[in-house]
Amino acid sequence: MNPNQKIRVATVWLSGCSGCHMSFLDQDERLIDLAKKISLVYSPFADIKEFPKDVTITLIEGAVANEEQKELLKTVRSRTTVLVSLGDCAVTGNVAALRNGLPHSDQAVLERAYKDPANLQSQIPAQVPKLLTHARPLHEIVKVDHYIPGCPPSADLINYMLTELLAGRTPTMEGHSKYG
Amino acid sequence: MNQHTMKLKIDGIEVECVEGSTILTAAKAIGINIPTLCYLDGLTPYGGCRLCLVEVSGTSKLFPACATPVASGMEVTTQSPKLYEYRKMVLQTLLAERTHICAVCIANDHCELQAIANQHGVDHVFYERNWSSNKIDSTHNFLVIDPNRCILCTRCVRVCDELEGVHTLDLKFRGKNTDVIMDQDEPWVKACSCTSCRKCAKVCPVGAIYIEGENIEYTKDPDVAAFIVERRKRLK
Repeated sequence: MNPNQKIRVATVWLSGCSGCHMSFLDQDERLIDLAKKISLVYSPFADIKEFPKDVTITLIEGAVANEEQKELLKTVRSRTTVLVSLGDCAVTGNVAALRNGLPHSDQAVLERAYKDPANLQSQIPAQVPKLLTHARPLHEIVKVDHYIPGCPPSADLINYMLTELLAGRTPTMEGHSKYG
Repeated sequence: MNQHTMKLKIDGIEVECVEGSTILTAAKAIGINIPTLCYLDGLTPYGGCRLCLVEVSGTSKLFPACATPVASGMEVTTQSPKLYEYRKMVLQTLLAERTHICAVCIANDHCELQAIANQHGVDHVFYERNWSSNKIDSTHNFLVIDPNRCILCTRCVRVCDELEGVHTLDLKFRGKNTDVIMDQDEPWVKACSCTSCRKCAKVCPVGAIYIEGENIEYTKDPDVAAFIVERRKRLK
């Protein structure tokens, strides 16, 4: 790899609370060093509509809860070399998956959110992407290369993962991570 | 009466122990730590969680250290890449079986399952998770059981039977349908044999049995079983 060339990195936000992205920002001054090495080509922090091609590292926050996210995840996988599950929702489903135990959970949550609380003309929006029956962790849909567990994962852990990957090493979570 | 002593090797170290000891206690005596979940000092071994599996030379079968008596000349391996992988697998099946969502669990950071998973570098669950939704029983005055977090280690069942002596708790059904029940599968408040002693909550390794409104850090006291056994010796 040409050392002068910046590494193309992306971050994606699926069904999560954005806490993992906040934790990413909590890397604070280390972000300056990071910015020298990477170019952020797609992220909630950058206003880019299309997921670009030839991305080296992509961190994904959140579970896969609807059809649109499932498609996006597949696109990301096909355009990314190293895919990292960022945080518990991406790794386990976490809070987004709390609904999974309910019978017909996709319908049940929509009714709870849009029908039950409204007392006038309640309706479930039809123009939004269809919910999957289960909110699922990323690795149940595509191949995931690395996992950063935590709710949210600490900035140190995110920084450790990125530093190792950028240096071309294989990070291990043993002794670093906290499940859940 | 003279008790027979036996000599065996654990991880290459020679150990001498009395007949009837288990591999686990023999290993502990020489400072070798074998991970356990269902085992608890003071209670009868159950051998259910399979975390303490060890290798014994001469056979390809793995043995649960907590429930396997020592034998003369035995050569035991407690740590190997194979065992590490098996233990990791066991941990992942436990995490996949029910709805273990640490972020919303009362025992987050005070959970034996989570702690051992961390020691083994479990950063995700490989198996597709079995999403279940079991009814929480909060009918008791202050004790709550959430079967969604239960790993069926039966520590609560054994402490209730063996130490409190009332056997309120037991299991029903088999396999993945197994559940902890009170008396004849009644709501906890109607289980009249329950003395509300709290030992079940103290020994629960996860967040399945807890005390309403109490910080789980103060509830948990897994050493209580060994403590009671020790103190009862004075009665004899």
